[in-house]
Amino acid sequence: MRAVHLLALGAGLAVATPALANEELMKHLNNPAEQALQTVDYANTRYSKLDQINASNVKNLQVAWTFSTGVLRGHEGSPLVIGNMMYVHTPFPNIVYALDLDHDAKIVWKYEPKQDPSVIPVMCCDTVNRGLAYAEGAIILHQADTTVVSLDAKSGKVNWSVVNGDPKKGETNTATVLPVKDKVIVGISGGEFGVQCHVTAYDLKSGKKVWRGYSMGPDDQMLVDPEKTTALGKPVGKDSSLKTWEGDQWKTGGGCTWGWFSYDPKLDLMYYGSGNPSTWNPKQRPGDNKWSMTIWARNPDTGMAKWVYQMTPHDEWDYDGINEMILTDQKVDGKDRPLLTHFDRNGFGYTLDRATGELLVAEKFDPVVNWATKVDMDKGSKTFGRPLVVSKYSTEQNGEDTNSKGICPAALGTKDQQPAAFSPKTNLFYVPTNHVCMDYEPFRVTYTPGQPYVGATLSMYPAPNSHGGMGNFIAWDGVNGKIKWSNAEQFSVWSGALATAGDVVFYGTLEGYLKAVDSKTGKELYKFKTPSGIIGNVMTYSHKGKQYVGILSGVGGWAGIGLAAGLTDPNAGLGAVGGYAALSNYTNLGGQLTVFTLPN
Amino acid sequence: MLHLSQVALRPFVAALALATVSVVAVNAEDAKPADKSLANSLNPDDKTAEKDDKLLAKDAAVKVEDGKYFDAEGHPTFHVTENGKKFDWYAYSGYRRYHAECHVCHGPDGMGSTYAPALKDSLKHLSYEEFIGILAGGKQDVSSSEQKVMPAFGDNKNVMCYADDLYVYLKARAAGAMGRIRPGDKEEKPEAAKKAEKECMGG
Repeated sequence: MRAVHLLALGAGLAVATPALANEELMKHLNNPAEQALQTVDYANTRYSKLDQINASNVKNLQVAWTFSTGVLRGHEGSPLVIGNMMYVHTPFPNIVYALDLDHDAKIVWKYEPKQDPSVIPVMCCDTVNRGLAYAEGAIILHQADTTVVSLDAKSGKVNWSVVNGDPKKGETNTATVLPVKDKVIVGISGGEFGVQCHVTAYDLKSGKKVWRGYSMGPDDQMLVDPEKTTALGKPVGKDSSLKTWEGDQWKTGGGCTWGWFSYDPKLDLMYYGSGNPSTWNPKQRPGDNKWSMTIWARNPDTGMAKWVYQMTPHDEWDYDGINEMILTDQKVDGKDRPLLTHFDRNGFGYTLDRATGELLVAEKFDPVVNWATKVDMDKGSKTFGRPLVVSKYSTEQNGEDTNSKGICPAALGTKDQQPAAFSPKTNLFYVPTNHVCMDYEPFRVTYTPGQPYVGATLSMYPAPNSHGGMGNFIAWDGVNGKIKWSNAEQFSVWSGALATAGDVVFYGTLEGYLKAVDSKTGKELYKFKTPSGIIGNVMTYSHKGKQYVGILSGVGGWAGIGLAAGLTDPNAGLGAVGGYAALSNYTNLGGQLTVFTLPN
Repeated sequence: MLHLSQVALRPFVAALALATVSVVAVNAEDAKPADKSLANSLNPDDKTAEKDDKLLAKDAAVKVEDGKYFDAEGHPTFHVTENGKKFDWYAYSGYRRYHAECHVCHGPDGMGSTYAPALKDSLKHLSYEEFIGILAGGKQDVSSSEQKVMPAFGDNKNVMCYADDLYVYLKARAAGAMGRIRPGDKEEKPEAAKKAEKECMGG
C-alpha cells in the first residue's frame, strides 16, 4: 500500500528510500477540513482549499465561540484539528487541551508538563511555543525545556518522552516539530547563549534518537559530505565550517534551529534555516561562520545534507536565517521548476531551485533595506551569492564601541518567524513584515555557560521617512522578486498569514485585530478586535460542513518589548512616532482562542 | 577626597556617611557654596524623562572620585550636564550594557515588556543593595497565570562587572534625569573604570 501511495504522489524518483511517506499523516494533510501541522501542509504554503468563507461574504464573519487558555504570555502558533477534536497549546508551562468540537469544545483531556521555571529566563524573548504536530494517532509537543513528548491523541496519555537539550547550558525550545515518515524532526534554541545548535531526528514510535546534524563544526558532526553536499552548485569541500571560524569558536557558534521545517516528498528532502552565529559582536568571531545563517536541504532518513546556501556570511546584525522555506512549483523563464522561497530576516526574499540549491532570485522585500546594496547574482563573480555590504552599515567595519546608525532592517528582521502564506490561485506570497530600523554597537563579551552571550547594544525604531508605522503586510511575486501590494500597519505584523481558496487572506495584528483582506488587491474586507495582541497564526477548519477560522490572542514575544528606543533627539523622534511607541496603550496581556464563522 | 569639603555643607550627609564624619567636623565652620560641578543640568524640554524632583534631590551627587559620582548615602549615582546632553561615564556605559543584556526582557529604555517589569519604575523604590542582590541572585514570581522569572547573573561577567553602571543608568531613568534617549555625549572613560573592567572581565 505504501509503495502504491508513493507512486500516486509521483515520487517515482525516490528509489533507495528506507522509509516511505507517512500515509496516515498525508491523508490528514490532504483533508482541508483538518489541520495536522502548524505549517498547514508540508510545503509550508499555509493555503487552505476551504472556500465557504470568501471575499464577498467574509464581511459577515462573526464570533462562534471562544476559549481561554489560562496563561497570560505570548501565544504563537495555532490549534490543530483532527476529526472532531481540536488541540490547543499554550506558552510555558506548555499545557495541551483536547477539545471536542462535537460537544461545544468540551475539554476531553488536558496535559500539563512539570517544568522547572528556571528555564523561563533562559528563553530569549518570552516563553512562546509555536505549537503541536500530529502524526499516526499522536500529538507531539516540544516543551520549553527541550523535552519532546508524544501524547496519545485520544487519551492524552504519554507514549514516550525524550530530552533533546540542557536548559542549564542555555538550550531551550520554542519551535514546533516536523513528523516525516517514521521520524520526528526537532530543532533547538540558544543562539544568545553560545549553544552549538542542531536538528535531531527521533523515531516517531519510540522516541529513540536516529541522527543529529549540527549547524557548524566538523563534517561528520554536521552530516555534510565534502564531495556530495553542494553550495551554489559546487561541492562544499573538506572542513567547510571549521575553516570559517577562529580556533574552537564553532563550539559556541549558535546557528540555532528554532524556525519552521518543510518537506518535499518527491525529492525526499527537508528544508529549514539556521540562525545567527554567537556572539552578536562580529569582531569576536572572524570568518564566514559557516553554516550559520544558512538554508539547509537534508535527507530526513539519514540527515545527510544535500545542499546549503549561506545568506548572510559573517553576520553583523543578528539576521537569523530561521524563517520558513515555502515550497512551490512555478514557471521560471517558461520552465516548470521546483522552487523554495524564503523571506529572510535580512530583508531579502530568496527564491532557489529546491532540488539543486541554485539561487534564482534575491530581492529586497522592503524598499528601506539598506545594509547591502544587493545580492551578487553574477555566477562568474568571486562574491557570487553574497550580499554586497554597505560599509556605513557594517558593524564589523565600523568596529567595536562604534554605534552604527540607521541600519535597516533592525535585528528582528524585515520578517521574523511569523510565517507567510502562498496562494496557487494568485501565485503570490502574503508576507507579514516589520518596518523597523536600528542602531547597533558591538562590544567585547566573555562566554559563561548558561549565560547570555550578546555583545551588542541595540536600539530599534520605526523606519525613518516612511509611513511612521512599524509593519507592512505585503503581497510578493517570488518569481520576479517584486512587491505586488503593501498595506501599512501601525505595529509589526507578528502573526502568521493564511491564504484560502475563497480568495481571502487572513492575518492578525499586535493591537489584536483579526483582519481579512482580498487576495488580489489587499483591500481590507473584515476586522475584529480580539482581547489581546495577536502573534499567533491564523488557522481554518471545517466541522459538520461549516468553515471556521481560528486565532490565538496573547501579546508577547519579542514584539512585546515595544520598539521605539534609542532616539537621539527624544522630542523630534517621539513627534514622529508619537502614539506608536507604547503598545500597552492598545492592548493587554491575554491568552484566548477566538473562532469565527458565517451566520447560519 | 578632594571634594569632601563641599560635603560639609549638607549636615544630613554627615550622619549618613560615617567615614567622613571627622572631616566634616573639621570643615563644618567654613561654609562654602555647593560645588556647582556636581549639580545636574537636565534637558528642560525632554517630555520622555518623567522628572521626579524628590528622587532627583535624593540621588544628587555629593562627591566624585575619578569620574564616579556618589549620592549622600554613598551609593553610585548619575551626573548629567549641558542641558541633558552629557552624561557621566557610568550612566553611559550602563545604557550600553542595559541595551545588550537587559532590554530583551525589560524593554528599551527600562520601559518594561509584557513579561518583565519596567525598571524605570522599579528603581524608584529598590535600594542599591536590593538591586545588586536581585541582579546577582535572580527573582521568581510564579503563579498559575503568570510566570515571571529573572535569572541569576552572579556568574555573568558581562553583567556583574557593570553592575554599578546599570544601577546608575537605571537610577537616572527612574529619577527622570534621562529620557528615552541614547546619551549623546559622555564624560571620558575614567582610568579607574578601565582598570576595574580589565580586572573583572579578565580574571
